Amino acid sequence: MIGPLIGEALRAMAANRMRSALTMLGMVIGVGAVIMMLAIGKGVEDSVRASIASMGSNLFMVVSGAPQSGGIRMGSGSAPTLTLDDAEALMDLPGVVAVAPSSPGGAQVVVGPTNWSTSVTGTTPGYFTVAEVKFGEGQPFDESDVRGATRVAVIGPSLAENLFGGDSPIGRTIRVNQSPFTVIGVTEPRGQSIDGRDQDDVVIIPVTTAQRQVFGTQVIGSVRFVQVKAEGPEVMERLQGDMETLLRDRHRIRVGQEDDFSVRNMTSIMNAAASTTAAMKLLLGAIASISLIVGGIGIMNIMLVSVTERTREIGIRMAIGARRRDVLWQFLLESIVLSLVGCLIGVLVGVGGARAVANATELKPVVTAGSVMLGFGVAAAIGVFFGFYPARRAASLQPIEALRYQ
Amino acid sequence: MAVIELTGVLKDYTTEAETLHVLKGIDLKIEAGEFVAIMGPSGSGKSTLMNILGCLDVPTDGVYRLAGSSVGELDDSALAGLRNRTLGFVFQGFNLMARSSLEDNVALPLVYAGVSRADRNQRARDMLAKVGLEGYARSLPNRISGGQQQRVAIARALVGQPAVVLADEPTGNLDSTTSAEIMKLFERLNREEGVTLIVVTHEQDIAAWAKRLVLLKDGLIQYDGPIPPEFRRNE
Ligand SMILES: Nc1ncnc2c1ncn2[C@@H]1O[C@H](COP(=O)(O)OP(=O)(O)OP(=O)(O)O)[C@@H](O)[C@H]1O
Ligand SMILES: [Mg+2]
Repeated sequence: MIGPLIGEALRAMAANRMRSALTMLGMVIGVGAVIMMLAIGKGVEDSVRASIASMGSNLFMVVSGAPQSGGIRMGSGSAPTLTLDDAEALMDLPGVVAVAPSSPGGAQVVVGPTNWSTSVTGTTPGYFTVAEVKFGEGQPFDESDVRGATRVAVIGPSLAENLFGGDSPIGRTIRVNQSPFTVIGVTEPRGQSIDGRDQDDVVIIPVTTAQRQVFGTQVIGSVRFVQVKAEGPEVMERLQGDMETLLRDRHRIRVGQEDDFSVRNMTSIMNAAASTTAAMKLLLGAIASISLIVGGIGIMNIMLVSVTERTREIGIRMAIGARRRDVLWQFLLESIVLSLVGCLIGVLVGVGGARAVANATELKPVVTAGSVMLGFGVAAAIGVFFGFYPARRAASLQPIEALRYQ
Repeated sequence: MAVIELTGVLKDYTTEAETLHVLKGIDLKIEAGEFVAIMGPSGSGKSTLMNILGCLDVPTDGVYRLAGSSVGELDDSALAGLRNRTLGFVFQGFNLMARSSLEDNVALPLVYAGVSRADRNQRARDMLAKVGLEGYARSLPNRISGGQQQRVAIARALVGQPAVVLADEPTGNLDSTTSAEIMKLFERLNREEGVTLIVVTHEQDIAAWAKRLVLLKDGLIQYDGPIPPEFRRNE
C-alpha cells in the first residue's frame, strides 16, 4: 500500500515543482540553520573547554594594577606593581601548589634566514606546573636557569614547525630580539588560551633572562601577573582572602586605600564562560528551531491548499475503493516526503554552511552526528505533525461531497 | 438471487428552506448479467439513485441489498471495500488521474485492493486491450480523445471484475458517433463477459442498447420493462 503511495507523493510534488520547492525551502532553511547553529555553538563550546583544560584547574590570576571590571589590564603604561618576591611570598601560603610570575611581550625570533614575530613569556618553572604543560620533546628549564638568567627557551609546537620544519629544535639556537637562546623543550599542542592567543606559537624563557635581555625597558624584578595554582577547589575561597591580605600587607596598603593588584579566581571565570557558551549554544539552537517550525507551518499551509485543490480527486479515489486511511496515508506521506527531502537538502546546506564559516572565520564549527540526527528526527516529526491535520481533513471528506466538488 | 435489491427506498434532501423528497419509494430488483438503462426528466432523481446504488450516499429510508449484504448496516471501510470489489464506476466527466499513465489509472482500484504491482500492471494492460487501447499503456489522459478517455474509465471500472458497473450519463460529453462506439463496447462486455450494467441516459438511441428500461419521474418508477420498439440504436 505504502509503496505506490510514495510514488503518488513524488508525482504530486513533481506536478507542482515550484510550489514544492518553495515549501521545501522552509525546511531546508530550518534544518540548515539548526545544524549550522549547533555546529557553531559546539565549536565555541569545544574551544572554550579546550582553553579551560589547557589553562589548568584551581587557578588564580594575580594582576598588577587596580582591580577593574572587565578584561585583564596589560601594558597600561605604569610599572607593574607585583614582584618576583611577591610571588615567592605567595608560594609560602598554605594550599598553594605552584606560582608562575610572568612577563609577557612580543619579540622577533630569527633562525638563519627565517624571521618570525611571536609572543614571549618570561616566567619561572612554576609555570609548567600551573599551566599543566606537557612536553612533546625535551624538558622545562629549572630554578637554576632563573637564578642564573640563562639563555634557554621552551617553544610551542607550531613555532617549532615554522622555524625548523620537521627537524628537532632541541639544542638548536634561536635569536630572540637579537639574543641567542638554546631550545631545550617543545610543548605539546595546547590550542588557544581563553583570551584568544595561540599557545602553540610562543617562546617561554626564564623571567630573569626575559627582563634583562629581551624586554630591555621593564623594571627588573617586577611582573605583570602571577598565576597561582591551589591544591584543590576547597581551598580556593580561603586562599583568595589570604593572598589579598598578604599582598596588601607587603604593598603597605592601608584600610580604605585602593589595592594596586587584583586577585581573580580563574576557575569561576572559566565556569561562567563555559555556562555562557552552553547557554549561547542553546539559544542558537532555539532560534534555529523556530525556523524549523515556520517551515513546518509552510508545509501545513501547502498541504491544506493541496487537499482543497484535489477534493475531486479524493472523491474519485474514494469512489473506486480508497478507504479513509488510504487517503490519510496518501497526504501524510506527501508531507513527510516534502519535509524529508527538504531536510536532506537542509543537512547538506547546514554542513556546507558550517564549512564556509570554518573557512571564513576564526570559529571552528563542529557538525556532530547527533545534530544531524536531531535535525532529521525533528523534520520527520514536523512532517507528520503538520501534515496530519490536512491529511485528516482529506480523509474525512464524504465521497459524494468530494465528487460533486468543482 | 438479485445482485441489486431496493425496497421502499426514500431519499430526502433537507435544506434550510425546505425538505426535498427526491426518491419517494423505489422498489427495484436487478439480476446478474442484466443491462439496464435508466431514463427520466432532469431532476427526477436518476443521479441520486445511482449514488445510492454506488454506496456513495445512503438512503433516508428503505433497504438496499447489494450482492447479499445490507448496505445500511456497513461501516465506512466496508463500503469502501464494496465500491472497490463489487462496483465499478463510469462518470460523465471521465474522472481520470491527470498525472498518471493510462495503465496506472486502470490499475488504481487494484492498488486499493492490495494486488501486487506486477499483477496490477498485467491486468491493467489486458483490460486496456479489451477496450481497444493496447499500446496506449504509458500515455497520459490529456493526450487522447474523449472517447478514448471514456474507454480508459470503463477499463478502470472493470479491472476489479465487479458484480455491477454503474455509469451516470457516460456519453454525456461525447458526440453521437463516439457515443455509439462506447455503447457498442458496453453491449459487447455485457454479452461476452456477462457484466451487469446500469446506465443513466437522456437519449433514446443510447438506451436502445440496453435490454431493460427503468423510467423515473418525480422520484418514482413510472415504467420498468423491455426497451420500447420505437427506441432505435444509432449505429
Ligand atoms: N446534495 C443535494 N442537496 C440538495 N438537493 C439535491 C442534492 N442533490 C440533488 N438534489 C436535488 O435532487 C433532485 C434530483 O437530482 P438528481 O441529480 O438526482 O437529478 P437527475 O435526475 O440526475 O437530473 P439530471 O438529468 O439533470 O442529471 C434535484 O431537484 C436536485 O436539485
Ligand atoms: Mg444526473
